[in-house]
Amino acid sequence: MPSEKDVNATIVAVIRTLDGVTPAMADAVTPETNILRDLNLDSIAVMDFIMELETAFNTVIPLDTVAEIATVGDLARAITAEQARTAA
Amino acid sequence: MLGKYAHLTQSLAGLRAAGTNPFTVAFDEILSPTSARLNGQTVVLLGTNNYLGLTFDESCIETAVSALQTEGTGTTGSRIANGTYSAHVALEKQVASFLGRQDAMVFTTGYQANLGIMAALAGRDDHLLLDADSHASIYDGSRLSEAQVTRFRHNDPDDLYRRLKFLADKPGDKLIVVEGIYSMLGDVAPLAEFAAVKRETGAYLLVDEAHSLGVLGENGRGLQEVAGVEADVDFVVGTFSKSLGSIGGFCASDMPGFEVLRVASRAYMFTASMPPSIAASVTQAFKVMAAKPELRRTLMRNADALYQGLSKAGFRLGPTPSPIVSVRLTSPELAVAFWNKLLARGLYVNLALPPATPARESLLRTSVSAAHSEADIRFAVDAITAVGEELGIVGAAVVA
Repeated sequence: MPSEKDVNATIVAVIRTLDGVTPAMADAVTPETNILRDLNLDSIAVMDFIMELETAFNTVIPLDTVAEIATVGDLARAITAEQARTAA
Repeated sequence: MLGKYAHLTQSLAGLRAAGTNPFTVAFDEILSPTSARLNGQTVVLLGTNNYLGLTFDESCIETAVSALQTEGTGTTGSRIANGTYSAHVALEKQVASFLGRQDAMVFTTGYQANLGIMAALAGRDDHLLLDADSHASIYDGSRLSEAQVTRFRHNDPDDLYRRLKFLADKPGDKLIVVEGIYSMLGDVAPLAEFAAVKRETGAYLLVDEAHSLGVLGENGRGLQEVAGVEADVDFVVGTFSKSLGSIGGFCASDMPGFEVLRVASRAYMFTASMPPSIAASVTQAFKVMAAKPELRRTLMRNADALYQGLSKAGFRLGPTPSPIVSVRLTSPELAVAFWNKLLARGLYVNLALPPATPARESLLRTSVSAAHSEADIRFAVDAITAVGEELGIVGAAVVA
């Protein structure tokens, strides 16, 4: 199971592929980065981002849980928890 | 209070500055299923979803007028509180019979049908699997349900299968939701493959035939008929506001106990039922649709002529000919300019801008009707091609 650090690195790699995200924006990503505000994503772009993450992590992240995710750190914790649950 | 919509206010101001606001067009008069008067000018309507041209069908109008005179202008309440009219019962029997289903229930709009059915079917522990390009009514229905919602890649049965495998160990029912024809690009779902995934994984399947009812299939039963998978489709949802020329929505099913949804679906219970004149005209429209299969053939001939004409001119279109033909453009500004120039030439189409479009494309969306004449289609191809050349999108300037 990947560590939270690996999860963060993969998230940043996916962020780099998103439309409208410049290399500088991706370089500046921290666990505190707000997904909607700092990455300039609208609601559809967030759903597409989640879909890319699901593919990268071989998992599902139900949209109803996304409402509770504000930052990149929230996202990493949600994915790590889901992977731990699946591995259990 | 409205400050949160500053970005929308700004976008609308930009649209107004570029000419007519495409989202607030108000016709002076509707002249026929395919023409209207707008600011004193007669325009060809190529963006109505009036696929079979039944809005002015004499028998539908006569039936509606008769119901209006005998049963009044409205029901003034929901069927749960105010009771059901005979016209509602007749329409539900007609829907079920047309689709070869045991039961059907009707809603006041198609939007409400998706809201009401999805929220009622999928409970807290259940899972909704939505095609990524689903209509807003499907997304809104999923939000009203308490289910866990997972998107899969558009028209990708393998991606759906993969996600269902991830969910295999989770409790609750899984409901797959797809559409027959997608409203933005006119593309069609690979329904036979989706049905195979449904069978293998034990999920349920709901197909929204909003744009395909009366359009696809030897008998007009939609994509499920074409794909030969009606037995695999657990719930058929659709609308009366497109091929049937009126307003309202429905869900039809063979599932035992389906009737319980009438007291579980809030979008059915807590809104006024459709006026009897509407129910009567839709019932008649089903009969016309069944009696005149030639309307579908004319529709498809018109759709093919428009698609081939625009394709030959060099435009980027949706993947297959269908009654929805969309010209794909590279920017919202170009699409707005294009739309205004078409209107000036007397052609009304729909403008679809990101984020409401797949892959954030800017689209000039057209929808063809069986009521269009060959001359209408030629006029549309010529007008779109001329404006495309004027804007440097197609033609010699591009080839050079």
